[in-house]
Amino acid sequence: MASHDNDIPGDEAPEQHERTYSTGHLSLDKSGEDASGTPADGIPTDSPEAPPDLDSEAAQIVHQDRDIAVAVGDNLVEIRDLTVQFGGLTALDAVTFDIRRGEILGLIGPNGAGKTTCFNAMTGVYKPTSGTVTLEGKPLRGMKKHAITRAGFARTFQNIRLFGEMTALENVVVGLDARHQTSVLGALVRSPRHIREEKTSIEHGMALLEFVGIADKAGELARNLPYGYQRRLEIARALATEPKLLCLDEPAAGFNPAEKEELMALIRTIRDDGYTVLLIEHDMKLVMGVCDRIVVLEFGKKIADDVPKAIRENPAVIAAYLGVEEEDADGAA
Amino acid sequence: MTSPIEDVAASQAHADEQAEETRKPTRFAGLQRWWNGLARPQQWLVLGLVAVLLYALPLLNPPLLTTPGYDFPIVLCDMARFALVALGLNVVVGQAGLLDLGYIGFFAVGSYVAALWTSTDSTMVKIPYLATLPLAMIVTGFVGVVLGLPTLRLRGDYLAIVTLGFGEIIRLLATIIPALKGNTGFQNIGSPPGAWNGKPVFTITNGTPWFWLFLTVIIVVTLLLGNLERSRVGRAWIAIREDEDAAEVMGVPTFKFKLWAFTIGAAIGGLSGALFAGQIGFVNNQKFDVATSMLFIAAVVMGGAGNKFGAMIGGAIVAYLPYRFGFIADKKYLIFGVVLVMLMIFRPQGLFGARNHLLAYGRSIKRQAARLRRDARGDAALKEGA
Repeated sequence: MASHDNDIPGDEAPEQHERTYSTGHLSLDKSGEDASGTPADGIPTDSPEAPPDLDSEAAQIVHQDRDIAVAVGDNLVEIRDLTVQFGGLTALDAVTFDIRRGEILGLIGPNGAGKTTCFNAMTGVYKPTSGTVTLEGKPLRGMKKHAITRAGFARTFQNIRLFGEMTALENVVVGLDARHQTSVLGALVRSPRHIREEKTSIEHGMALLEFVGIADKAGELARNLPYGYQRRLEIARALATEPKLLCLDEPAAGFNPAEKEELMALIRTIRDDGYTVLLIEHDMKLVMGVCDRIVVLEFGKKIADDVPKAIRENPAVIAAYLGVEEEDADGAA
Repeated sequence: MTSPIEDVAASQAHADEQAEETRKPTRFAGLQRWWNGLARPQQWLVLGLVAVLLYALPLLNPPLLTTPGYDFPIVLCDMARFALVALGLNVVVGQAGLLDLGYIGFFAVGSYVAALWTSTDSTMVKIPYLATLPLAMIVTGFVGVVLGLPTLRLRGDYLAIVTLGFGEIIRLLATIIPALKGNTGFQNIGSPPGAWNGKPVFTITNGTPWFWLFLTVIIVVTLLLGNLERSRVGRAWIAIREDEDAAEVMGVPTFKFKLWAFTIGAAIGGLSGALFAGQIGFVNNQKFDVATSMLFIAAVVMGGAGNKFGAMIGGAIVAYLPYRFGFIADKKYLIFGVVLVMLMIFRPQGLFGARNHLLAYGRSIKRQAARLRRDARGDAALKEGA
């Protein structure tokens, strides 16, 4: 919060120390004042799972400080009877669930269950046939995709879709631009607002890259980045739009177990920083390990909505994943 | 104390370095590295020297560069005209990635604006020539919006076909509409005021002042486009070019910025057209054929789509070669066609396809990174101390 106001990278030496000391207190104050004892700030930094020192200035800058109308633990997003039909095929059939502020909600299901369709319907890529998606009580129906992003949904893509010819930092700044106001005329004449926004973009963008752990390659073209970096860059770019809800579409696809561990840690850190996360993932271990609550889809229908432990023992979920003998064999994925 | 994230960062950095080594160096890599290594004031100094050299060109008339059989300053004007066109088209094609095959249409509209409001053959009200330059930009920008509003929902090849049609429509309108005088055209188009030793400075036979005017306009437009490039607008254009759907999902109002690209490109095309009309002093419907439109595209692609300097150099080269080597003049489409095919195979990014910087304060990245690292170290030390 404090770092937002500071956009003069020039005179650093004396103030640097002051900031180094103050950050720790600041983050303590923060957790004390706005969310003490709530699940959002549940995992303290000395938890073995959380990455120990994702350095604090980066975390400070990245920290979610937008006005969110609902309190931690209340419904941030409400999805009601969401239906998507493609011709005769019902990809999503009257799905209803809530996403509470400050939680990590897992969305799982066998292949073709409608997870990504649900994502796309929420973020405006598909027009839902019927049903509503509301964010903080406001319906998102009929809004353009970029408006939905500015309203507070951000997403990553299952198949990485970065801007290949832009550097990592520029990719993130495109995300930051979602909150910028500079007009074409303002950019043309380099208005004070433009200059201010450009300067904070560098600071903010670098902090985001640092936060997801790829700041060392900030100046590299996105298409030249290693796979793991590209996945993380997608997350950083989505975070840059200052989302109220961050939707991750299979962020661990193609990761080895060690990388998945690190990703879980990162997702938790993101949540601890005040974001709400919706996670689509195939990897059961990751989903069970990181989610606070899980929604299970099968054939476009919701079959379960519970905490991970209960989901693990839910017979319908087991049937969906492993198949049952009475049903036809196609049910098994 | 290392976090797992730092570990993976280190291992991936190593893998990336190895990948880097296998990459081929490009032809102009040395030049580019030298340029990027210069401090900002040094870059300005170099650019200033280049500008002075360019202004001096028509007076120097260098032996090797000169054009036998053609007046060199007039040739320079034509090169500058193409460079300005390429600069505008580069915004549309190179940056926003919208293939516009009918750019000549905007150029034509600009020419006719200058003709209609200054020529003695026109029945319209007369205004000073210099006032037609902004007017041409406004009118063509407006035409750009009118064309863009319905067509920018199309993508790729479909947009190319529609714009191709637009270019033809403008040419045919110039033929059909009586007020535009078809083949007869407009004579005595105005020129900027000013006299030297009692003779007017800007005449159709003396290319030098016109070249200076062109060059000044190009410099101003380049500076302004540079501002746009390193802003939210430029980044939005590149993002749209790279992946339009992803850009939209990242909060870029893609339609709005595509329309802006189209409008700005159109306005620059119109500006070039108005300057051209003044310089040759005559406008009719014969100069705005589709082949010239293709030549514009060839200039941008040859120079390096997406890079304004590359596009300008491409434009200048495309205009220059037929004058310098007179024997290719009637075969220029064949030769440029072959050159383009070769470029597509061996250097798809164009001759000078350097990437643009899209951040106004990109140079402070390193400082910022160092600051974050120092902060991390400070924090770690603080924790260990406590």
